[in-house]
Amino acid sequence: MYDSGKILTGLIIFLLLITFPFWYNLGQASYEPPDLVLPEDSQQCIEPTQWMRTNHMELLNTWRDMSVREGLTTFVSTSGESMEISLQKTCMDCHTDKVNFCDECHNKAAVSPYCWDCHIAPEEVANGQ
Amino acid sequence: MFEKALQGDRRYWAWIIFLLAVMGIGSIFYLLQLVNGLTVTGMTRDVSWGFYIAQFTYMVGVAASAVMLVLPFYLHNAKQFSRMVILGEFMAIAAVIVCLGFIVVDLGQPQRLFNVVLHPTPNSILFWDMIVLNGYLLLNIVIGWSNLHAEHKGLSHPKWVKPLVYLSIVWAVSIHTVTAFLYQGLPGRHYWLTAILAARFLSSAFCSGPAILLILALIAKKVAKYDPGEKAVQTLATIITYAMVINVFFFLLEVFTAFYSDIPGHTHTLAYLFTGLHGAGSLVGWMWVMAVCALLSLVLLIPPQFRQKPELLVPGLILLIAATWIDKGLGLVVGGFIPNPFEGITEYAPTIPEIMISVMIYATGLLILTVLWKIAIGVKKETGSA
Amino acid sequence: MDNNRRTFLKIAGISAALGLSGGIPLSLQAYTPADVEYVPTKGQITGKRWGMVIDTRKFTKPEDFQRVIEACHQTHNVPDIQGNEEIKWIWTDHFEQVFPSSSNPYLAERYEQQDFLLLCNHCNNPPCVRVCPTKATFQRADGIIMMDFHRCIGCRYCMAGCPYGSRSFNFSDPKPYVQNLNPDFPARMRGVVEKCTFCAARLEQGQMPACVEASNGGLIFGDLSDPDSEIRKVLRENFTVRRKVELGTNPCVFYIV
Repeated sequence: MYDSGKILTGLIIFLLLITFPFWYNLGQASYEPPDLVLPEDSQQCIEPTQWMRTNHMELLNTWRDMSVREGLTTFVSTSGESMEISLQKTCMDCHTDKVNFCDECHNKAAVSPYCWDCHIAPEEVANGQ
Repeated sequence: MFEKALQGDRRYWAWIIFLLAVMGIGSIFYLLQLVNGLTVTGMTRDVSWGFYIAQFTYMVGVAASAVMLVLPFYLHNAKQFSRMVILGEFMAIAAVIVCLGFIVVDLGQPQRLFNVVLHPTPNSILFWDMIVLNGYLLLNIVIGWSNLHAEHKGLSHPKWVKPLVYLSIVWAVSIHTVTAFLYQGLPGRHYWLTAILAARFLSSAFCSGPAILLILALIAKKVAKYDPGEKAVQTLATIITYAMVINVFFFLLEVFTAFYSDIPGHTHTLAYLFTGLHGAGSLVGWMWVMAVCALLSLVLLIPPQFRQKPELLVPGLILLIAATWIDKGLGLVVGGFIPNPFEGITEYAPTIPEIMISVMIYATGLLILTVLWKIAIGVKKETGSA
Repeated sequence: MDNNRRTFLKIAGISAALGLSGGIPLSLQAYTPADVEYVPTKGQITGKRWGMVIDTRKFTKPEDFQRVIEACHQTHNVPDIQGNEEIKWIWTDHFEQVFPSSSNPYLAERYEQQDFLLLCNHCNNPPCVRVCPTKATFQRADGIIMMDFHRCIGCRYCMAGCPYGSRSFNFSDPKPYVQNLNPDFPARMRGVVEKCTFCAARLEQGQMPACVEASNGGLIFGDLSDPDSEIRKVLRENFTVRRKVELGTNPCVFYIV
């Protein structure tokens, strides 16, 4: 093989680079779900907590399309409960603490959804008025 | 073949580093635009497209111009273009990338760009423009690269490329037709609402694009000692001259229709551009420069004994490029928005960030062009193929 | 040998593509619980072809306009930006700007002085919908020209397409320019286009458009397809005009002048 030294060195550097996330996390504490401030006056979200944790983003995307595009503005959950499709009026009516609920997980997972670029968090209303 | 782009003298690398530096400086301004929004540009509620979209429009013409070499070479066996066709195809690649760059920087939400693909909307001309531009880019990459590769290996051009070449000829016409349709199908924008707009776009493309190509080829002749051939230069100069004559003629048709009918909607923009309207006329100077450049370029290009002399041909081409650029890269897009739907006048001028971001995109195009031409000229010189 | 490797890669590539395309719908299904439903909200106001009549005789004092404009802007968090990056949902202008082709030098004085309300015409044949490359602007079954701010890429093609100047672009972040944010309606982000939605969200909650409610009868909103509706009665009994009908956009906002 020509240039086997160069090729092997290159391969090793490449492998080291693509496995970097594993090396970097080695020895660090494993992922702990953050402590969330849950709404006080209700026991359960519109769907089971675990399902919401995994799927709320997809659900919100569907809510968005149904409400804005299809004109279907009421959601009937698995338990048969009806509610208005609205991030501001429904979700954040219970989840009044964006900083200690939404942001906690989003920051930890290093995602920055742009929902609140437009939608108004309860904190913003409190501060603005 | 790519290694040819990595072997160059000091001048070559200095030029590459210069372009990278310009791109770097421009990207700082683009960052500024991303953070603050399009408020950093001179665009307004009334003039909602400006310098970016105008440059996009101009460069679509430059991209389409490769067909002025490809068509005679492949359909009419014009052998004199054999050393130049690849330069045209590679310039088309760089030009289309510049076009796409101008579209992206013009978007308010560039990260949502792929919505155009995720939610395909065939009733929007922008959807078709996306298809024709990307298709043309792909065609030129495939055709240019595989033909050059074949020459590199000392083989004849692969057979499967031939149908793609014919397709690319039709496709080149489509990119500028569709780009004209972006404008000419809008009710209430009188300056654009004219059936001859697509024809005007093509005629100006077929003179301005080859003129830029010819100037660049003459630079390459000096810098890289690659002679495209005297006969190729002269044939192309003739093509450019005819296209420019038609281009000017088409423009005069617009002027006649507007002012003989004297319908206000048709005259307003032209009046704004050439005389000013209601005291506003920031483009008047530019438009008269355009008119003078266009006429002078025709004087220098039409008589064969003039355009055969390089010292007259080059100024003729530069005047032509200036005239077509002012017409399409300044007047056309901005003029469409003046007066606004309420017969009011809001003027427009690009801001420094807007110009710097445009410079960044042009530098990117030049970088791509430099690298591609370096490869092409390297291969051509090596194989000595005529 | 070479050929075999090529064939292998081709088959591998095609199978991978097929596998992916089969996998995506499956993984999407996993997100949606089977027994949820999306239904129209009870008590919403429905129509087949919404339209509006502006009775300009009822708009005489500056307060008449202010009341209507403020109702709209407060409801929809419309930012108050001065200058030529202004956001307009409902606004005013003079006769010769509103009806350029019907203006003449000997116009009755009362028209020359008077302001006219302007808003999106919710055209039956809307050029903005025709040109939008992402369906961010679309026409609902009830005729409303709706905007999906989530999907808009900010290309501003609709602004070039609209012959009425009804569309505004957020050149910068609009939130700082909204006083008293209405927590029941979102604001917008920079880089998207916006305009009047005929209060589609309020209709769905069983309320009339905010401007209509505030207009003291100066604005009549209703179903143009229903011959017994109030709006049709008003249209039968009054002479009305529309803006730039010659362009064939078929506006659904009528003016009694």
